[in-house]
Amino acid sequence: MAKERINVSRRDFLIRSSTVGVGFSLGFYLTGCNDVPTGATDKNSAADKSASDVKEVNAWVVIEPDDTVIIRIARSEMGQGTLTGLAQMVAEELECDWSKVTTEYPTPGQNLARDKVWRSFSTGGSQGIRGSHQYVRKGGAVARHMLIEAAAEKWDVPMAECRVTNSVITHMPSGRTTTYGKVAALAAELFPPEQIKLKDPKEWKIIGKPVKRLDTDDKLNGKQVFGADLTLPDMLNAAIKACPVFGGKLKSFDDSKVRKMPGVRKVVRVEDNAVAVVADTWWQAKTALDALPIIWDKGLNAKVSTASIDQMLDDGLKADKAFVGNKNGNAKKALKGAVKTVEATYRYPYQNHATMEPMNATARWTKDRCEVWCPTQNGEAALQATAEAAGLPINKCDVYKIHLGGGFGRRGAFHDFVKQAVAIAKQIPGTPVKLLWTREEDMQHGHYHPITKCKMTGGLDKEGNLTGLHVRISGQSILASVNPKWMENGIDMFTFQGLLPDGDHAISYTVPNLLVEHAMRNPPVPPGFWRGVNINQNAIYMESFVDELAHAANKDPLEFRRKLMAKHPQSLAVLNAVAQKAGWGRRPTAKGVFRGLAVCKAFASHVAACAEVSVDDKGKLKIHRIVAATDPGYAVNPQQIEHQVEGSFVFGLSALLYGECTIKGGAVEQQNFNDYPSMLISEMPKVEVIVMPSGGFWGGIGEPTIAVAAPAVLNAIYAATGKRIRQFPLKNNELRSL
Amino acid sequence: MAKLKINGKRVDIDVDGSTPLLWVLREQLGLTGTKYSCGIGTCGSCTVHINGKAVRSCVVPVLSLNATHEVVTIEGLSTDNSHPLQQAWKELDVPQCGYCQSGMLMSAAALLNDNPNPTDNDIDTTVTNICRCGTFNRVRRGIHLAADINKRGSS
Repeated sequence: MAKERINVSRRDFLIRSSTVGVGFSLGFYLTGCNDVPTGATDKNSAADKSASDVKEVNAWVVIEPDDTVIIRIARSEMGQGTLTGLAQMVAEELECDWSKVTTEYPTPGQNLARDKVWRSFSTGGSQGIRGSHQYVRKGGAVARHMLIEAAAEKWDVPMAECRVTNSVITHMPSGRTTTYGKVAALAAELFPPEQIKLKDPKEWKIIGKPVKRLDTDDKLNGKQVFGADLTLPDMLNAAIKACPVFGGKLKSFDDSKVRKMPGVRKVVRVEDNAVAVVADTWWQAKTALDALPIIWDKGLNAKVSTASIDQMLDDGLKADKAFVGNKNGNAKKALKGAVKTVEATYRYPYQNHATMEPMNATARWTKDRCEVWCPTQNGEAALQATAEAAGLPINKCDVYKIHLGGGFGRRGAFHDFVKQAVAIAKQIPGTPVKLLWTREEDMQHGHYHPITKCKMTGGLDKEGNLTGLHVRISGQSILASVNPKWMENGIDMFTFQGLLPDGDHAISYTVPNLLVEHAMRNPPVPPGFWRGVNINQNAIYMESFVDELAHAANKDPLEFRRKLMAKHPQSLAVLNAVAQKAGWGRRPTAKGVFRGLAVCKAFASHVAACAEVSVDDKGKLKIHRIVAATDPGYAVNPQQIEHQVEGSFVFGLSALLYGECTIKGGAVEQQNFNDYPSMLISEMPKVEVIVMPSGGFWGGIGEPTIAVAAPAVLNAIYAATGKRIRQFPLKNNELRSL
Repeated sequence: MAKLKINGKRVDIDVDGSTPLLWVLREQLGLTGTKYSCGIGTCGSCTVHINGKAVRSCVVPVLSLNATHEVVTIEGLSTDNSHPLQQAWKELDVPQCGYCQSGMLMSAAALLNDNPNPTDNDIDTTVTNICRCGTFNRVRRGIHLAADINKRGSS
């Protein structure tokens, strides 16, 4: 049998993934364990403590002699549970003892050096599992094959006579057993099989089970180190202010006023629009920055306001030209011939991600190497940003990922905070500098959920059937700002999420004559991907308006929808499920409680919600209960799915109730959680989650259900009050007409 | 020089008196379990106990404290995740990203100190921490479960 040492050892892996010495141990510390890294200055002992000589079986799997299984995870954990879900996928095929599974992040630099063996690091678009299920399972299966082969070789028996369960390999004819830990070193020297067959889903034992998260313990006692908590030996701290006006520049600052303040080391210009104070502690840096006289060059956008942006959007609603995202039949003609037409214009505002952990990154720059420690949804993009800012070849840089204190899209496509940290560190060579934004900086320098308006026009025949629908969206494109290369002939297809003819974000209805358009209007406020992004408002527009049409047709909103969904059986199934569980058609038991429905397809999953709300005489809203259903194809961890559905409702309902960034003088007016509130436990409804995987496809989990929470609540508000809300957030509305 | 008592230990710290307790904990004492998020006492991520009461440490200048104030941080809740709330949180897999959870746990712990058997309404009025991942329903269940664990332990 061919034997060749083909895999790198764990020690090689770790050493190559970082510089020698302290960086080495810290690089490991961040991926593997979670001791507070302060004072890890003895490089030899730190190194010996951190890394063992255990060779990896393959890129995905390392097995220690004590049978500990270390599964490498390329995507980032930001609360969504992907670390656990992906480990379940590898472990399923590996046939290992789940109680001995731990995880670690490989670095993006290592991925590059190893020809992208871990493929994508990008953690967004609810892609973590559905985008990698095939190759991570294969990673586990290949490792299993090599481990069994190693045992067979050791025993000198045919591999086909060996079986494995829970990391224990048995030679069936003789009954001899061994464990993964005992044969892992030998397995690491074998060639991987050229072909491997994955299990049939019917054979799954770990996938589909509600196993507990792997990352909970350290989040209960303060041990979990987030980027904001990182401490490196001799590290300095930086606080930053960028020009609050978008597109504005830093003109000058007078550091003579702050140079002598306690702890201050340096005041530095950062790129062309920001200034940072570097001090011994962050509080000293922030205090000095607050005292620093700064003069901004506000640039061309100093007069941009919410009103001027609304004007742009109104223009787009009326414009002759627009991009077409979905078209069948002749909607305009059908509307002309309709017995009854219904028209409504909706508006959805700018919103901030407002991750609980403000943006931060720690950088150490020398002329030969640059390293960054940061929470990121995309390690590769963070590495790219590091190399650009460092002015070094990418193979002289690396990024050590840290679990995120929230991502929601803010830390994926944008690494402005990484570039700033590197730009600061570059001015203090050799010294690690941690840059931490204030909440105010975070609120004012987001990449905001884009703003849109939407004019909906629907036509009904005399039986109240929908004959035509015209959807005109006017507003901002994310791709035009973030990645124009992804646009198709100038069209941003992301704008049409939930309204497309087919695919992951297909419309859930069959409309006889349909026209869906986007008049692109791009105000100078940076837009970005956001948990759910455009499905959030598109589902509000569509599901509120379908409700409007149902009422105009004197039809029950459920029946009206069902009639349009004959060709969308999976969406219909989730809608029926929530209607049945919520008791649609029967009166809610509590007086004054009313129901609303919503359904859509997002990120390839079919989702629906039925909300129960009451609105008191003074217009105060209470959301009592939401029944939610999701069909994600396969449900890797039903318990984590329930968590994500509940959590997505908090994100979606916070956006509905409060989420709004307004613009004045070219800057975001909101500063902090006092004027950009988020919902609290007292506002949280009961949530009942139906997980109904129908198999055969892989849908996302983290985002889809956000989209149905808000329209279900809005439709229930209408049922309760007879008032249709079309401007968001709700805080700007009187829910009862006075 | 501030004289403080943190998690049962007396400490002397050389720091400007206007520095918020949060930053003394994080930067002078290395107790980074207490989190910075808003800095204005709104979100609750920095919640610690002072003499058993939940306090938002980002708005408490350290000069307002002395060694008679018993400050307890998340690191002092237990040394081994054995506090009933930590047990309950583990049982229910409460945290998602986890960033707000130190503050959430400390708010909940202060509530249970005062009120061993809180109602949903007590939770609503006392645990006013922001969580953007949306762990609220499990936080609520976790507090009730911890109250049950406490009762079992004392019966």
